Amino acid sequence: MPRSHRPFAPGPAHGYESAQVDLDAFAGCLTSSACLVTQTTSGLIIGMLLFLVAVGLTLIFGVLKVVNFSHGAFYMFGAYFAMTAYQLTGSFALAMLAGAAGTAILGLIFERVFMSRVYGADVLMQLLVCYAFVLIFDDVVRIIWGPEFKSMGMPSAFQVMPLFIAGGVVPPYYLLLIGVALLAAVVLGLGLSRSRIGKVIRAAAHNPGMVSALGINTGLIYGGVFALGGMLAGLAGALAAPVRSLTPGMGFSVLIESFIVTVIGGMGSILGALIGALLLGLIRSFGSLGFPLFTDGLMYLFMVIVLVSKPTGLFGKEAA
Amino acid sequence: MTELEAGGAERLAPVRNGTALHRYRDVLIALIAFAVLASLPLLTGSKALLDFVIRCSAYGLFATSLNLLVGYTGLTSFGHGMFFGLGAYSYGLIMQKLGVPIPVAFVATLVITAAVAAVIGAICVRLKEIYFAFVTLAFQMLIHSTILSWASFTGGDQGLRGGIPRPVFLGIDLANHVHLYVASCALLILGLLAMHQIAQSPFGYTLRMIRDNAARASFLGIDVWRAKLTVFVLAALFAAMGGMVMALFVSGAYPEFAYWTISGEGIFINMLGGVSTFLGPMVGTVLLLLLNDTVTRFTEYHGIVLGIVILFFALGLRKGLLDFVAEWYAHRRDAGEGR
Repeated sequence: MPRSHRPFAPGPAHGYESAQVDLDAFAGCLTSSACLVTQTTSGLIIGMLLFLVAVGLTLIFGVLKVVNFSHGAFYMFGAYFAMTAYQLTGSFALAMLAGAAGTAILGLIFERVFMSRVYGADVLMQLLVCYAFVLIFDDVVRIIWGPEFKSMGMPSAFQVMPLFIAGGVVPPYYLLLIGVALLAAVVLGLGLSRSRIGKVIRAAAHNPGMVSALGINTGLIYGGVFALGGMLAGLAGALAAPVRSLTPGMGFSVLIESFIVTVIGGMGSILGALIGALLLGLIRSFGSLGFPLFTDGLMYLFMVIVLVSKPTGLFGKEAA
Repeated sequence: MTELEAGGAERLAPVRNGTALHRYRDVLIALIAFAVLASLPLLTGSKALLDFVIRCSAYGLFATSLNLLVGYTGLTSFGHGMFFGLGAYSYGLIMQKLGVPIPVAFVATLVITAAVAAVIGAICVRLKEIYFAFVTLAFQMLIHSTILSWASFTGGDQGLRGGIPRPVFLGIDLANHVHLYVASCALLILGLLAMHQIAQSPFGYTLRMIRDNAARASFLGIDVWRAKLTVFVLAALFAAMGGMVMALFVSGAYPEFAYWTISGEGIFINMLGGVSTFLGPMVGTVLLLLLNDTVTRFTEYHGIVLGIVILFFALGLRKGLLDFVAEWYAHRRDAGEGR
């Protein structure tokens, strides 16, 4: 596995001998169904992982009005928790559970003890608290698991022949990953729009004072939403653990990319996060063919174009 | 950003008739500060101390220029570091490729930075708060990606290597460590003086009004967009100056200079020192560099220590150090007057 510092980066590792613009490879891929399938699935898994991280970010912003700058750390912890649980028990399901539950608890503690103190404070102050935890969490991981690259390894259940769809190679694990992420999206979307708790959360996002006056503990809702956001990021980390290398600081580039997703999709919009994440995943996967060195640049360029033409993002509501 | 917590400490009315007097006083203070800094090599032979002051000059110029945006105008830029990197790279490239005298490269870099900042600023300053922060961040990463991918021109992830030539100009030899030190101090003091003049000018007070209430400023006939764009370009120029000092010091330019963590550090320096006083970012710069240097000497886990210090400032003091001191002083003065 290429040890890229971009955990979501598919395709060639950075090598400066390779051409900077390779339009032939790009055009060649568009005419070959095998290449199309491979690149699309690789784009989809990047997008799905990004979606899980970004949707937590957008949810926390929508309800708590806080930009959780330390969200990448939850992704990182999810991956490490899953790896440790897998090494201890050998069960893939338990590993996923450990990643999700562990980060949910971490999110709850983080919100109740630290973030709840800076609500209503200056945006800079909130950013600083998160920045502090980005530094602290990275070092905590370095102390517990060591600074070197780790790998969880593919569970034996998925060490089977890859599927061949229209000539393209699709590992079965990718299908599971996409399925789990889609399931999370559907459950989250339905839960927020249909269930009672979902209605309370949306009400708290709209008017916390009124919700509180109706006898609902808003502190509990805030903590719960933060835990939910942390859990989704942790789940993404756990799902990514078998296919990516683990390193302290792995949450960082994920954080930046999920910011781009939320900004493209519109802050606070779940559908926007899904569309934004998929678009970004496809840009990364196909962009790495045509512009192997400027893949990141393409993402930022796309973000600038979206923001200039629609500052609130594709699915964002007009700011009041 | 809304009104700053420690905003009470600053007088909100420009002292019109004393303006000229204030300007002379500023120049006098700047001259004294420069004299003190410049005489430092006579007192101590410590190269490490001089290096420390040079690094403080580079980061101090950058952080203070960021405060023009964050503290005075309420524009939370998350990508201000791009101009630091741009300054370092364009200065280095001009010196390496064209071999012109240093002042020419210096001015050319400022012109390039102004042009780039005007284009980026024209797009960014239309947006509000968090969106402004993210678009500036995106531009920063765009410039960083460009530096990484345009390897034939910028050296890619290796940075500009092979040293930046330092031809002697009017007897000033920047290859000489003491000359380099004095030049850095001069740039720092000149930059600070210029930024203070901007902050105390009527334009500076217009910026404060935009920060506190942009709608009211607009009703009063102020072109908010133009004022924001102007300060964005001005701040970029001083950030580029910081970048040039850095490029002079390390005799090279590296992609990290344009990475977003530089912007993050700039924001942190501002919070550490305080954004309600002009010299707050300078104090923050010295604090952060001292902290970095001492902590890295004792432990490899300096992230934890730095994080705890940040938490102490953010959750404990809830403001920067100089904000805290200014508020405490104002409090004491009020108490002394029996109010």
